[in-house]
Amino acid sequence: MSDYLFYIFAALTVICGALVIINKNPINSAMFLVLSIASMAGLFVLLHAFFLAAVQVLVYAGAVMVLFLFVIMLLDLKEEQRRKINTFGAVTGVASVAAIGYVFYQSIRNTPLPNAVAHSEGDTVVLGKLLFTDYVLPFEILSILLLVAMVGVILLSKKDLK
Amino acid sequence: MVPLYYYLIFSALLFSVGLAGALTRRNAILVLIGIELMLNAANLNFIAFWRYSPDPEALTGMMFVIFSIAVAAAEAAVGLALIIAIYRHYRTVDLTKVDSLKG
Repeated sequence: MSDYLFYIFAALTVICGALVIINKNPINSAMFLVLSIASMAGLFVLLHAFFLAAVQVLVYAGAVMVLFLFVIMLLDLKEEQRRKINTFGAVTGVASVAAIGYVFYQSIRNTPLPNAVAHSEGDTVVLGKLLFTDYVLPFEILSILLLVAMVGVILLSKKDLK
Repeated sequence: MVPLYYYLIFSALLFSVGLAGALTRRNAILVLIGIELMLNAANLNFIAFWRYSPDPEALTGMMFVIFSIAVAAAEAAVGLALIIAIYRHYRTVDLTKVDSLKG
């Protein structure tokens, strides 16, 4: 059962990801990105990372995508629909990406991978305890990073820096 | 249960799709969206390696993903603010037209 779910979610994620980059309308692209991220949260659930699936939906599909949509609608991006696609850029881009994908595939295939699965859950209680004991310094640094990013964003998007 | 190999292949595929988006699109916002796809593929790799590791009690992969999601949120906010600043200056978000450093 979980095998079929993996195939369904993986296909959904990759198809929506492809639609994100094919679509000409930026709003449609952002909406397909939401779908892709939501199905990736399903993959997280299959990997027993329940807390991270919730965080993925809340932070990515919620907050970050609202930010993207807000900026897309703030800037008037109508002209993207009329412009025809740059053939040279598309061909070279797809060729180089296919080459990189092939390198990934070969390197993954030729690496011995662990098969044993120790059945443990991504327990949220344990995760929280770990976050506030062993990982408390990175956690605090991250909070300062978010504060700095917030101040920087306000400064960057101000009209005149006087 | 699906072997780890499948997750890695899928993640490489998604990373390639995101890279294609970041390289071929000319709209700055869509380049940023492609980067988000690549970040998601990397996150999936972390979780898959955590799940299949011999010592999953350590939760190291999960920690990496939590921090990576937080940094990605900050990155998206700063990137979008930069795009707004560029739009105000050039009246466009087409990356091929923003080339004053080219000389």
